[in-house]
Amino acid sequence: MFNQWESEWVQYITPEGEITPTGEKVWDEKSTEEKLRFYRWMTFIRLFDRKMVVLQRQGRIGTYAPLEGQEAAQVGSALALKQEDWVFPSYRDHGVAMIVGMPLTQIILYWAGRVEGCKPPEGVRIMPPAVPIATQIPHAVGAAWGSKLRKENSVAVAYFGDGATSEGDFHEACNFAGVFQLPAILFCQNNGYAISVPFTRQSASKTVAQKASAYNFPGICVDGNDVLAVFEVMKQAVERARQGEGPTLIEAVTYRKGAHTTADDATRYRPFDEVEEWINKRDPLIRYITLLKNEGLLTEQEERDWEENAKQKIEQAVKEAEAIPPKPSTHLFAHVYAKLPPALEKQKEELLKKEGTYHA
Amino acid sequence: MSTKRVITYAEAINEALREEMKADPNVILLGEDIGAYGGVFKVTKGLLDEFGSDRVIDTPISETGFTGAGIGAAMTGMKPVVEIMWVDFTLVAMDQILNQAAKMTYMSGGQTKVPLVIRTQGGGGRGNAAQHSQSLETMFAHVPGLKVVVPSTPYDAKGLLKSSIREECPVIFIEHKMLYNQKGEVPSEEYFIPLGQADIKREGKDVTIVSLSRMVHFCLDAARELQNEGIEAEVIDLRTLVPLDLELVKKSVQKTHRLVIVHEATRSYGWGAEVAARIQEEAFDELDAPVLRVGAEDVPIPYNLNLEKEMLPQVRDIVDAARNALYLSV
Ligand SMILES: Cc1ncc(C[n+]2csc(CCOP(=O)(O)OP(=O)(O)O)c2C)c(N)n1
Repeated sequence: MFNQWESEWVQYITPEGEITPTGEKVWDEKSTEEKLRFYRWMTFIRLFDRKMVVLQRQGRIGTYAPLEGQEAAQVGSALALKQEDWVFPSYRDHGVAMIVGMPLTQIILYWAGRVEGCKPPEGVRIMPPAVPIATQIPHAVGAAWGSKLRKENSVAVAYFGDGATSEGDFHEACNFAGVFQLPAILFCQNNGYAISVPFTRQSASKTVAQKASAYNFPGICVDGNDVLAVFEVMKQAVERARQGEGPTLIEAVTYRKGAHTTADDATRYRPFDEVEEWINKRDPLIRYITLLKNEGLLTEQEERDWEENAKQKIEQAVKEAEAIPPKPSTHLFAHVYAKLPPALEKQKEELLKKEGTYHA
Repeated sequence: MSTKRVITYAEAINEALREEMKADPNVILLGEDIGAYGGVFKVTKGLLDEFGSDRVIDTPISETGFTGAGIGAAMTGMKPVVEIMWVDFTLVAMDQILNQAAKMTYMSGGQTKVPLVIRTQGGGGRGNAAQHSQSLETMFAHVPGLKVVVPSTPYDAKGLLKSSIREECPVIFIEHKMLYNQKGEVPSEEYFIPLGQADIKREGKDVTIVSLSRMVHFCLDAARELQNEGIEAEVIDLRTLVPLDLELVKKSVQKTHRLVIVHEATRSYGWGAEVAARIQEEAFDELDAPVLRVGAEDVPIPYNLNLEKEMLPQVRDIVDAARNALYLSV
């Protein structure tokens, strides 16, 4: 099940929570604070994700894309970025969004169908989630291009899934990034499936990472459930990009523990044994907690305290988001054009006359 | 004797596919998640088991790739039915559809036929936001070389899909996501509905309401409300945009002298404008009131369900328009 990657991937923490020989130096160089930061974010994101699934079941938000299982890939990669870097996420990357500074209330509002939720605070460089597959990859490459032309230090990251690598957008973006040696990171979370279609049916390539060699830049495969390895691989890619050494394709091999979205039933297409293996033996958070405990860096009590703290923050954010009053129906016209053309102005006036007709 | 059964729109489409696959071994299905998964709207359920993975083909997420491959296969003897999961993603494959499929026969001087069906689904009503809810039928109708089918009932969907698969040119077959569970009578005997025949879904003498797809049902609801006021609306379902059955609309207008056109697509530059223009060209003297259009506001479709409802045409908008056409104060 994992053979195709294991021979080639970077792994510093085994699924059993042990540091690999190559990982020792990396681990030793990290401060306790850095080590705990990985844990805190992964836990926080997992609890948030579970809360969102509950909110969806209660009808308080719309269809939701869960990310449980992919925490290490998102935390490790996002923590390697700086404030000035640009992020182009997909619909499953709210973990990344939080880390780069998107407030929780915004993320909740977004999934509740509120366009306000797309707006990051001043200085947070993240774009709205891309829903049509792979479209954000050329955008990230364009942002990297702009950064290069303006001689800035920022890099741009596209987050996408394994399924996205089948779209022309992915290949065209890779080609561009390679030809122009752009400061772009193409970060693929290979979670094994694109809805029901397994990676083996998506591509005849053994790995996603190997596709980079056709475009003549590095493609690196990493154990995506190993937060330390993801962080290091991402950090090196970001540094290379900042030095003007061009793009990197990173494949973080992970697994979506839950359904594709809350509208999907994943038991219909995934073998039970495989799911069990990933959930029970390869979980990114459990292996990391095991490691921290073995190293004496985390106690049961501290674990409970942090979970409690996270839950409170999440509950508070839900409360805040739900207290924000909905926009009036004329908000329909708010962002179509900077200045409404006369014909649309007229439509808006007509709508005002029947305002409240359908609006609950 | 015809035996009537009640089945859903999704089941009717499934039956059409099954029957055509049985009838012709060259009919193959291509698309994302259509195999074991049975399609995200369950339309292709059971077909993989029945016909195998050589004929029910789960593709990588490459709309340009599998649409283009479908065209190539069609040009050389196959009859592919390509499923594009959302009409919004036909846009990813637009060069293949509008520049290649639509023009191939013309540009080869008739040497090459493209007997390809692209099945897809569109429309709002589920809060699926701006890139998963559009009504794009006019865009396809605007480019010569394609036929465009937009069915509203299980009966129509089945009969029209069977005919579409037997066409020699590319057909864009647009289902509506809100209709998949809609039930209706479908005979168990085989039947076909030719492309280019509109259908009177309700007879009336006072005002003609022309529509297609999900909006037909909204129009029928509006007609029931109008009936309470003593107004008899005639509801015409175009069923196919290309070919367009203008004759039936004209005949109806000769009777009612009033025309309201209802589409879920944004109001401006939609097919409604085309029907209005042709009626005034060909039946100007029959009209006792301006032709009115009901359509969505000219904005992208909002994610929020309440706002989406404000944006898309609702039954009340149709009732209001019909009353306007009759010069009754609204
Ligand atoms: C262009 C396009 N085609 C099809 C879809 C429908 N769709 C939504 S998610 C998805 C699977 C994507 O898989 P992957 O890229 O691996 O990301 P994951 O969902 O696993 O994170 C598909 C086919 C889409 N959103 N956009």
